[in-house]
Amino acid sequence: MTPTPTTPAPSATEAAPAATPAPDAPAVHTAALALGDDALVLSHRLGEWAGHAPVLEEEVALANIALDLLGQARVLLSLAGDEDELAYLREERSFRNLQLVEQPNGDFAHTIARQLYFSVYQNLMYGQLAATDSPLAPLAAKAVKEVAYHQDHAEQWTLRLGDGTAESHERMQRGVDALWRFTGEMFAPVAGLDLDREALREQWTATVTAVLQKATLTVPEGPQSGAWTAGAGREGLHTESFGRMLAEMQHLHRSHPGASW
Amino acid sequence: MTGSTEWPLWEVFVRSRRGLSHTHAGSLHAPDAEMALRNARDLYTRRNEGVSIWVVPSAEITASSPDEKDSFFEPSADKPYRHPTFYDIPEGVKHL
Amino acid sequence: MATAHQPFTTAPHKPAAAAVDGAVDTTVLESAFDAAVAADERIEPRDWMPDAYRATLVRQIAQHAHSEIIGMQPEANWITRAPSLRRKAILMAKVQDEAGHGLYLYSAAETLGASRDDLLDKLHSGRQKYSSIFNYPTLTWADVGAIGWLVDGAAITNQVPLCRCSYGPYARAMVRVCKEESFHQRQGYELLLALSRGTEAQHAMAQDAVDRWWWPSLMMFGPPDAESSHSEQSMTWKIKRHSNDELRQRFVDICVPQAESLGLTLPDPDLKWNEERGQHDFGPIDWSEFWSVLKGNGPCNDQRITQRRRAHEEGAWVREAAAAYAAKQSERKEATA
Repeated sequence: MTPTPTTPAPSATEAAPAATPAPDAPAVHTAALALGDDALVLSHRLGEWAGHAPVLEEEVALANIALDLLGQARVLLSLAGDEDELAYLREERSFRNLQLVEQPNGDFAHTIARQLYFSVYQNLMYGQLAATDSPLAPLAAKAVKEVAYHQDHAEQWTLRLGDGTAESHERMQRGVDALWRFTGEMFAPVAGLDLDREALREQWTATVTAVLQKATLTVPEGPQSGAWTAGAGREGLHTESFGRMLAEMQHLHRSHPGASW
Repeated sequence: MTGSTEWPLWEVFVRSRRGLSHTHAGSLHAPDAEMALRNARDLYTRRNEGVSIWVVPSAEITASSPDEKDSFFEPSADKPYRHPTFYDIPEGVKHL
Repeated sequence: MATAHQPFTTAPHKPAAAAVDGAVDTTVLESAFDAAVAADERIEPRDWMPDAYRATLVRQIAQHAHSEIIGMQPEANWITRAPSLRRKAILMAKVQDEAGHGLYLYSAAETLGASRDDLLDKLHSGRQKYSSIFNYPTLTWADVGAIGWLVDGAAITNQVPLCRCSYGPYARAMVRVCKEESFHQRQGYELLLALSRGTEAQHAMAQDAVDRWWWPSLMMFGPPDAESSHSEQSMTWKIKRHSNDELRQRFVDICVPQAESLGLTLPDPDLKWNEERGQHDFGPIDWSEFWSVLKGNGPCNDQRITQRRRAHEEGAWVREAAAAYAAKQSERKEATA
């Protein structure tokens, strides 16, 4: 039974589903929300591919990744409150996901570039997190195996598109370039996530650089963040298309307040 | 223009758990062996059906011909002495 | 040795033994084939088979595969709006399964010498059909439930006998499909149950969906036996094991008590138990609607094919890229060898 938004919830953190976690919420809730929103939003974007993938085998592959991410999102959001209240009843400004994951799918190369940047980050981040005594460590230990496969999928396709035909090379380069400015945010501090961010950045850069070079692509040189993007998603500041994505995602749930599904 | 580059066909063999041999699960299309393995993983083991996968280009498999069924397989049908049940052992003899 | 070992492909097998004096003695082969089918043995890809048997199978398996692929669309329509994360995961997994089922089936068709590209071409150009049921729209969330319960239910009723189809690869694909489909039907039923027992608006949504999907589901079994063009030969070949009307009746009898448990009604005033027959009587099916949708006049025919064609065309550069990469890699390997 999903409580209505107005139902008093048992704990302080669950009492404010439509806003950020309460000020006294443990930092781990902030972390769970940030990582949970990343997984939720990217899963949603990948779900939009259903029925549109370039080849049937890829329908299955993209759905597998989307399902892994949705599974992670559900565990993480449940650590921070009620998963459905958090997913369906928060306003845009309360979402804590990276702007990278909310970017529209674009063409397949654009989606693969997003996958590459994010899965390398997730793999390194969960890897570090799994070794800590954070309450998120068990989830991280399980998820790191899933995202290692996501990274492999992204790498395989980056190679094939980058070093495939002239057209695919151009499209892949365009995707890699277009999303570059959203990558800096991955290394911003998040309350409750005790990570070695410098190591994260170094390893991420080394991995992505190696893959792009092997794929005969140019590593973008532009800024990885700007005045608008630095840490912005984590602070609840999103890009235009995100509002429309949420409107679609939340519409049905919000149309039937208090209903069970 | 839809591009006529159809990816080759691969046969997929899955070991469902340790201790069992790989068995034929089906086929799929993939541009190369690496992708064939991954596609096989996604398609044929998404319900936890496997612990190991082989992929083989379909064109690389040599199969016996149904025509030769008689010459290939019938000659072994009349050699019952290859089977333990062929032999009479006195009652009471154990561990044989 | 007279017969060269042929590669394990799908090329129609040319029997060497029958080619004596250049004349193919098909009567001998045909009677061996008939005997195998009559004895409930499975026919395997490289066995001799009548051309018409092969053609019938390719047509049926391809149509079945196309239905799985097109069938992704009406449900994928709701993935981005699924009202809970649990439902969203279930729906994504289900739509993914349909892609998987399409792949199993295209595989089976390829063992008969068809190529997937060619079959997809025929789908895109309208030369091969898919199940007409997918030309109906999914207007509300409850439609996802109605599709699971009724459409998948009807599909399962059709498919379970196909697990014993005389053609081995098709039968094996169907075993896998049926195993996976049972989750599809159950999730649909559970979804409708939640709606039926939910708020008034949810209950109404569920009833409306059942009202719209019931008759098209009954049409999924195909025209009445008297008008079915392919049935008799398919029965002899054991591709088909029950008649359209027989399966339809079975489905109706299964659904009536299930609808009661759901607390929903089936939109047929003539539906009632016939003590004498031990089956339900049901009202006449509007076959003019069936034929009209089949001919392309359904609410979504254009939309479904257009989306499928677009996905295929927009994916062409991706498929070409992967093929080009594979070619480069094998050249590189040869160069270093």
